[in-house]
Amino acid sequence: MNWKKLVKTAYPAVIVVAIYLLTMLLLKGGLLNKYYIQVMMFAGINIMMTASLNLINGFTGQFCIGHAGFMSLGAYGAAIITTMVFNGKNIPVLAQTPVFLLGLFVGGCVAAFVGALIGLPSLKLKGDYLAIVTLAFGEIVRAILRLIKPIGAARGMIGIPNYSTIAWILLFMTLTLYLLKNLIYSPYGRAFIAIRDNEIAADVMGIDTTKYKITAFCIAAFIAGVAGGLYAHLLAFIQPDSFSFVKSSDFLVFMYAGGSGSLTGSIVGAALLTMLPEVLRFLSEWRIAVYAAILVLVMLYRSDGLVGGKELPFMRIRRKELYEEPLFVRKATKKHPSAQDR
Amino acid sequence: MSTFLQYLIYGLQLGSVYALLALGYTMVYGIVGMINFAHGDFLMIGALGTFFIAKLFTSFNIDGTYPMLIVAVIIIIAMLGTGAIGVGVEAIAYRPLRNKPRMIALITAVGVSMFLENFPRALPFIGPNPRSFPTLFKTVRYSFLGASITSTQIIMISLAVVVMVGLYLLVNKSKIGAQMRAVSMDKDAAALMGINVNRVISITFFIGGALAAVAGICYASVYPQVEVYMGSWLGTKSFIAAVLGGIGDIRGAMLGGFIMGISEIFATAVNSTFGYAVGFIILIVILLVKPAGIMGKLTKEKV
Repeated sequence: MNWKKLVKTAYPAVIVVAIYLLTMLLLKGGLLNKYYIQVMMFAGINIMMTASLNLINGFTGQFCIGHAGFMSLGAYGAAIITTMVFNGKNIPVLAQTPVFLLGLFVGGCVAAFVGALIGLPSLKLKGDYLAIVTLAFGEIVRAILRLIKPIGAARGMIGIPNYSTIAWILLFMTLTLYLLKNLIYSPYGRAFIAIRDNEIAADVMGIDTTKYKITAFCIAAFIAGVAGGLYAHLLAFIQPDSFSFVKSSDFLVFMYAGGSGSLTGSIVGAALLTMLPEVLRFLSEWRIAVYAAILVLVMLYRSDGLVGGKELPFMRIRRKELYEEPLFVRKATKKHPSAQDR
Repeated sequence: MSTFLQYLIYGLQLGSVYALLALGYTMVYGIVGMINFAHGDFLMIGALGTFFIAKLFTSFNIDGTYPMLIVAVIIIIAMLGTGAIGVGVEAIAYRPLRNKPRMIALITAVGVSMFLENFPRALPFIGPNPRSFPTLFKTVRYSFLGASITSTQIIMISLAVVVMVGLYLLVNKSKIGAQMRAVSMDKDAAALMGINVNRVISITFFIGGALAAVAGICYASVYPQVEVYMGSWLGTKSFIAAVLGGIGDIRGAMLGGFIMGISEIFATAVNSTFGYAVGFIILIVILLVKPAGIMGKLTKEKV
């Protein structure tokens, strides 16, 4: 066991648990009310969406502007499992968690499958044209959802059990960020970044660009699907029109305002810009206009995003850490004969 | 047959709005290389502006319509005003970001679009409520092979065609058009040849804004309701039309606009949601066959 490494790996989780305990304490103490908690939950879901979008746009250099489409697939997938297959409101409390997790998993898988399908045109289309196809995809998904009668068509689905709690959302958010961080510093992540920086050069260096682009779409879509599932079980009501292009552009805005190619940027962008309209509530009808003006000013004066492509220490793996002894050392790898010969 | 013709007329009518708006997208894209997501809102500003300008000219209103001369004055004021707003938006929000990555300008455009929608919404004399658009043209109904066509529709479609042909000639035959084409090929080389790049881009935005105002007046004349959010989905549709035709190409924008308009009307006859989605489906099919749109040329990337 490498204790130093364990501490290093685990302390972000400790921070998240601390945040959770603090919120619960403040809620009990009456300093926070349900409304703040709800804003926090939306921020958590938005962080998941923004970070996954960052994997496609910021790290792999593809342009996806229909991310809400994946979210809607996940939301509907999860809601169908919990509400229609298992009738989530009338099942014993103990069975709720597995049903919820199954729903999220199915939602994520549906989104990931479609994400792979969307990744396919990216073999042929580049830049803006790919962006338009993803936009068109998002709108087509919305149109199809509007046509399916059993799931409420345009009126939407009601009576979804509200399983999502702040604990679940924080857990999934942490898992997402941990997964993405490790992915980006893995050989996969290096390949994604190589494709972003120069696709032809990456291809020449022997990177299977097709495979990696589809992988990026798949993973990001899976995360977006799970986030969609959490969203559905938070609001207890979903309708196709809440996953329109407006929603997709929200995530794009969060991502680029925070800083593309930086997970810290996604966290900062999504959290701040989710809270900003709520903070501006005192402006009543001027709220969104002021929000838009702030956004334009941020883009004009901090074009690289609020954090400017940098990462906080716990969202980054240093080069030397990659060569450190792993957390759990397997004996077999140590006794490898070729290592002893040298 | 008459039903088919009727749908075709509606399709041409909607298509001319899409085409006019798509021209603005395609010109800005061709010359600056950015997707101006706020372009749909220029349409809203044009239509809403016309509503207020027409109010100023109320004293000329006879039997609910205006004399032709006054209508021309109203339209020209709306075009100039919207064009000026387009130039202003470019100068304030897009010019400082010209050398930054393209997505940055796109996000700024999303912000500008939100601002253009929500600023008028917050103004006390505009507000969020839809308003009924004044009748600018006297509506006369003609019967043609069993289908009915109104004078508004005839004016609209012919106005759109005239504007498009004029624009095509402007870009391909005039001196400023030559400058535009030079800037779209290579900004730096154009600047070295003594072309004022900022001026050319300003003119592009002005033309785009003016065309959007015409599109807004056309749209509001047949669907007589104006509100602050009317531009957003029309903008998305027209943008799709521009990409469908091959973005950066003026003929492509016209073609794309009419394809979108006609297919949407025919599909709406089947099912309204299908009508909304059909444009996107056509887009995906065409891009899979021709990745740069119908008229677009695929540029080889040099290493």
